[in-house]
Amino acid sequence: MLERLIYIALLLIMPPLLLGIINRTKARFAGRTGQPLFQLYYDLAKLMRKGLVLSNTTTWVFIAGPVVTLVTVVLAGLLVPAGPFASPISFTGDLILFAYLFGLARFFTTAAALDTGSAFEGMGSAREVTFACLSEPAMFFALLVLAKVSGTLTLSEMLHGPAGGFPASAVAPLVFIAIGLFVVLLAETCRIPVDDPNTHLELTMIHEVMVLDHSGPLLGVILYAASLKMFVLGAVLLHVIVPIQTGMAWADWALFVIEMGALAVAIGVVESVMARLQMRHVPYLLVAAMLLCGFGFILVVR
Amino acid sequence: MAIGGVLGVVGVGTSLGGGSETSLSVPWFLPWGRFAVGIDALAAVFLVPVFIVPVLGSIYGLGYWSQPEHPDNGRRLGVSYGLLAGSMALVVIARDGALFLIAWEVMALAAYFAATAEEHENADVRRAGWVYLIATHIGTLCLLAMFALWRSETGSFALAPALVMSSEVAGTIFVLGLIGFGCKAGLMPLHVWLPGAHANAPSHVSAVMSGVMLKMGIYGIVRITALLPVGPTWWGGVLLAVGAVTGVAGIAYAIGQHDIKRLLAYSSIENVGIIAMGLGLALLGRAQGRGDLVLLGLAGALLHVWNHSLFKSLLFFNAGAIIHATHTREMDRMGGLAKRMPWCAALFAVGAVAICALPPLNGFASEWLMYVGLFRSLSSGGEVAMAAVALATIGALAVACFVQVLGTVYLGEPRSDAGDHAYDPQASMIGPMVVLACGCAAVGVFPMMAAPLLERATQDWMDLSGPVPAIEALAPLRWITVMGLSFVGLIGAAVLAWKMLSRSRTIGTTGTWDCGYAQPTARMQYTGSSFGDTLVGLFAFILWPKKYWPEVRGVLARRSRFRSVVPDAILDRLVVPAFDLVGKYLPRLRMLQQGQTQVYVLYVLAIVIVLYMWGAIGA
Repeated sequence: MLERLIYIALLLIMPPLLLGIINRTKARFAGRTGQPLFQLYYDLAKLMRKGLVLSNTTTWVFIAGPVVTLVTVVLAGLLVPAGPFASPISFTGDLILFAYLFGLARFFTTAAALDTGSAFEGMGSAREVTFACLSEPAMFFALLVLAKVSGTLTLSEMLHGPAGGFPASAVAPLVFIAIGLFVVLLAETCRIPVDDPNTHLELTMIHEVMVLDHSGPLLGVILYAASLKMFVLGAVLLHVIVPIQTGMAWADWALFVIEMGALAVAIGVVESVMARLQMRHVPYLLVAAMLLCGFGFILVVR
Repeated sequence: MAIGGVLGVVGVGTSLGGGSETSLSVPWFLPWGRFAVGIDALAAVFLVPVFIVPVLGSIYGLGYWSQPEHPDNGRRLGVSYGLLAGSMALVVIARDGALFLIAWEVMALAAYFAATAEEHENADVRRAGWVYLIATHIGTLCLLAMFALWRSETGSFALAPALVMSSEVAGTIFVLGLIGFGCKAGLMPLHVWLPGAHANAPSHVSAVMSGVMLKMGIYGIVRITALLPVGPTWWGGVLLAVGAVTGVAGIAYAIGQHDIKRLLAYSSIENVGIIAMGLGLALLGRAQGRGDLVLLGLAGALLHVWNHSLFKSLLFFNAGAIIHATHTREMDRMGGLAKRMPWCAALFAVGAVAICALPPLNGFASEWLMYVGLFRSLSSGGEVAMAAVALATIGALAVACFVQVLGTVYLGEPRSDAGDHAYDPQASMIGPMVVLACGCAAVGVFPMMAAPLLERATQDWMDLSGPVPAIEALAPLRWITVMGLSFVGLIGAAVLAWKMLSRSRTIGTTGTWDCGYAQPTARMQYTGSSFGDTLVGLFAFILWPKKYWPEVRGVLARRSRFRSVVPDAILDRLVVPAFDLVGKYLPRLRMLQQGQTQVYVLYVLAIVIVLYMWGAIGA
């Protein structure tokens, strides 16, 4: 019970810190001091206090976008285990629900963008749904590999691997899907090289351009949900990259937090050393991720 | 109609409540077969939509196609619509090949007359009707051959399980059944009749055709595989592969459409593909002796049959309301209807979320069962599990497709004056949609209500040796309920929080920001075509989209137009050219047909003599 409470607290509190770490890493690479680590917390607090402006064109769908996204991402987060601990909710077949909850969030985010009637936001949502059609198969290939290797159908046991750790024969496929999942993570959380969260050119953005018209508390909810999404997907990826556990509960929690921080640094490094891809080249990257996961699957079933 | 539907549902309930199979068999006037009907759990699953959707459709039709507004064809539509519903019920309960074929043919013809109610006013309707008529009879031809083979092999037309049959004959019957029934269900590449017929029929007829009649094809495949002895693995493999191709190609075509009803028709093809994947998994499980795969595959497929009849009828009713309000089927001429038709917008959103198989609505429950089955197949090889990736791709494409429709039709600003006088339709049209939406939510949150019936249907389909596994033990449906309810609860809490918060905030309203551009017009919005353009490009290898670029010359270019269409590759590039070729060369045979009875009798005599000689030589 205590584990679950700790995890839920971490899930709800830690995500904005990840963006702070990423921004700090990027600043260091650029030779700047950068924002405070807790900048997003300040931003959220400020946004939640503000009023908001709605477009005349919009309907209830515009508000449903951020609200549904937040709820689905929290629910998805409850299915993912942290470190060696079991996830708060776990049942046979929960991995499908995990993937489809993100689909639900995507449905309402993109619909809310179209609700404004702006061509820019239309572009953003068209890109979002298009790229999801490529990252979804990659995600499922990765889930198949994990299910095959671990022999179970609950996300929690799947990510913890079989008793005694992953077998040696599973190393190559796991490396493949780790790379694939990292690309999916970058795409789903809208980081460079797929999307640039800091760009000011609306034509070239995906996620940021979809939320141009959201303001005040709604924007706060969107920013918070985006960081939660990164935390949740990151937690999945960490199990594949570093399946290490110490056996002591407090050390495992500390390790989990450190690993998560390290992942944020890694994302920051990728963002610093790479340029954003041209929009028409993004599908190639996602197809590459899908191929990696697919080959991982073939390796594991051969 | 309503009374008949209620009686039917009650009848299904009581006959199943009794426990044993209810059947009736009496000889009749025809030289072949008997009038044999019976109802088991498998039939009951398919009877439920037959008794629900047409009833709701007839209530909807009171407002949509009222008799005074359509004096020419109202009566024709009423009669053929009723016949269609009745014959579908007979198809499901028929226990005799001859009776089945008669009911099947009545169903096909009734659907033709219902779908082409407008043929005197509209040439497109006429053409779609002809394509349908030809396609359905090609299917029936295969079924005739199948039942003839069945009779020669088992000695009667009775649809009773055949315990022994040579594998070649069983394989031939399976393939003939797959083609014949697949034609009706809309499996690719036999789907050619489907988009045109669904687009041009009155909307409540489209709803019945898509929501129920396509499922008769599925029923045929389910029934014939139940009667055949356990087949080799390739049966399931073929069905799984055909289902995956149908699903992906169907939804990819849907994204390329501009006509809302054609889009929905292609999405029906996609859903039939998903159902076929579930059946394929069940067949594979049966061949491999894996009861868990059979149960999950078949239960998923049958539940999806229900679900599709719920959300697709809802969406077709909704499309009908849109067409009623805007007098166009072109999505790119619509926009901003959510403000004028709030009820329809909310109901469409429910249908769209359900059809994308997103939780917490019903599409997710059935696809989830199939997913669990596909993932479970990993324990014996991984080839089958690849279908899960196809299913995931279909899911992502479906989200793209239905966000496109919702966004283009209901959200944003009106793109033309087509929707100027749009308003929510009368209660008799809204009511059936509300019922269907509630059905989507009920099955989505409480799918275990259907589990006992699905387990019994699986039992009817194949006698599982050993103890019957429960769906609950393989795939814990109660967790779907828990998650569904917690989702609803959290959304409720969030909405409440929003209400409290927005009361204390200043909410300003202004125009859409549009990146600082002060004078945006509605025509600058992203259209449905531009929304789907990248995806259509990615799938160009199956869609073969056509684009007509305007010719732009000189500094002050003349006014011109851009047009893009995604024609049906099979129908427009293969079938129609082939028929044109036939039409060009075969008229020469007309010299044989010159209208004199004596000559025809001569033909008969000549052929009888030839046959007689052939028989004599053969002996």
